[in-house]
Amino acid sequence: MAERNHPALILRHPTRDRVLHWLLVIAFLFVAASGLALFHPSLFWLTNLTGGGPWTTILHPFIGLVMVVTFIWFAAPKWRVNQLTASDYAWLKGFRYVLSGEEEKLPEVGEYNAGQKVLYFTLMACVLLLAVTGFVIWRRYFAGNFSVRVVRLGALVHAFVAFVLLVSIVVHISAAVWEKGSITSMVRGTVTPGWAYKHRRAWFRDMIRPGAGH
Amino acid sequence: MALQSLDIVRRSATKTPPPSVRGPVPAEVAKLIDTSKCIGCKACQTACMEWNDLRDEVGTCDGTYNNPTDLTAQSWTVMRFAEYENPNGNLEWLIRKDGCMHCADPGCLKACPAPGAIVQYANGIVDFHEENCIGCGYCIAGCPFDVPRISKHDHKAYKCTLCSDRVAVGLEPACVKTCPTGAITFGTKERMKQDAEERIVDLKSRGFEHAGLYDPSGVGGTHVMYVLHHADKPELYSGLAPQPHISRAVRLWKGVTKPLALGAIGLAVLAGFFNYIISGPKEVEPEDDEAARKEQEKAHGRA
Repeated sequence: MAERNHPALILRHPTRDRVLHWLLVIAFLFVAASGLALFHPSLFWLTNLTGGGPWTTILHPFIGLVMVVTFIWFAAPKWRVNQLTASDYAWLKGFRYVLSGEEEKLPEVGEYNAGQKVLYFTLMACVLLLAVTGFVIWRRYFAGNFSVRVVRLGALVHAFVAFVLLVSIVVHISAAVWEKGSITSMVRGTVTPGWAYKHRRAWFRDMIRPGAGH
Repeated sequence: MALQSLDIVRRSATKTPPPSVRGPVPAEVAKLIDTSKCIGCKACQTACMEWNDLRDEVGTCDGTYNNPTDLTAQSWTVMRFAEYENPNGNLEWLIRKDGCMHCADPGCLKACPAPGAIVQYANGIVDFHEENCIGCGYCIAGCPFDVPRISKHDHKAYKCTLCSDRVAVGLEPACVKTCPTGAITFGTKERMKQDAEERIVDLKSRGFEHAGLYDPSGVGGTHVMYVLHHADKPELYSGLAPQPHISRAVRLWKGVTKPLALGAIGLAVLAGFFNYIISGPKEVEPEDDEAARKEQEKAHGRA
């Protein structure tokens, strides 16, 4: 379905980004469920959602690869726009105002706020580390090529990085639910001018400049 | 092995007590392998194949007597031959029957994420229940002795069972039954230690001053023990670990970090939820729409 087609709306997430984002979500849900199942005995029941124990072992790495590739495809073009600027550091310094909703005390935000940028690099690092350590502990095809010490370290790092990723995604989802209009924008592609003005003012001004993308 | 059992003291990936009404048994058992009596005949390997109905693929000779050259999903015990030149310049042929050591503190069981795929019985035997195995290979990472092997055909982990099916009905393991020199014996762990003591005194009197028992405390002791002529240098015996223990990486990976990490994830979810409950959603107010409209008009007016 195309973006909400009202002339007043501003395009925030083009079709490509929305498709890749939700593909990522589907892969993540599977990998998170199957990974958590093997992470702690109290969550082994999650294998019931991922095809049982042996299928969990078989599928987790493949779906994990789908997630990694999709993430890089999704995120690589956004590398430059996510570079942190001086005003991003000021925004992070004033993070308490973010939590209290006093956005007027913070520097104006561009396309992504500093929290999103930090998340961007955190996720990029997590995904790459998970891919590398995932190959090391992928018993069926690859683990035999590594010494047992390397495999042990791989398992440890894989679990730790997955933990960091999970917490990051919890933060990501919380923020999206919190900032009304964000989830709609990832589903329908557009935001209202009021949303852009309130939450991403610098980006809003870029977008309404005559001749800008909108 | 899939025996109905009520004497399980540890069960992998299980936080509640396993069925243990039948324990404790009169005593823990142990297999004692006296390397000084071993002649390398491989009868133990054959007996293991025969009792367990295992037939490994015929491999190739690598120029040593090691045949097969390594443990596999079909070869649960393998004799490892080491040629050692002692300080007097004499050759010593150090032969060690390799296989699962049945650790009191089993690294495989600790690492296993599949409930009930690995159990430890009250008699000390560590057994794989392959029907619960999910083929992840974590047991391989957990084992301090490099013993478990995953089958390339069914992708389940296999290793020596200490003939738990035979022991359960009062028989000794097949390798013990067949050993022609009495190098392998089986009994209560206490009794095996006493036998080893006598043998060690004997070996010392014959000039092996460092003869001793291999029952490494780093893994809580083992239920397969060796009498070694050179107990001060276990590594001479085809790399037997001098001080085996569950790796620190595995302890960290499987230890207290897991519940802490789960708790942290749960806390993050709660924090996000209650932040929403306490400070409410960040919504666009009519003033924002109005301010945005004015700026848009201004921008278009300028164009």
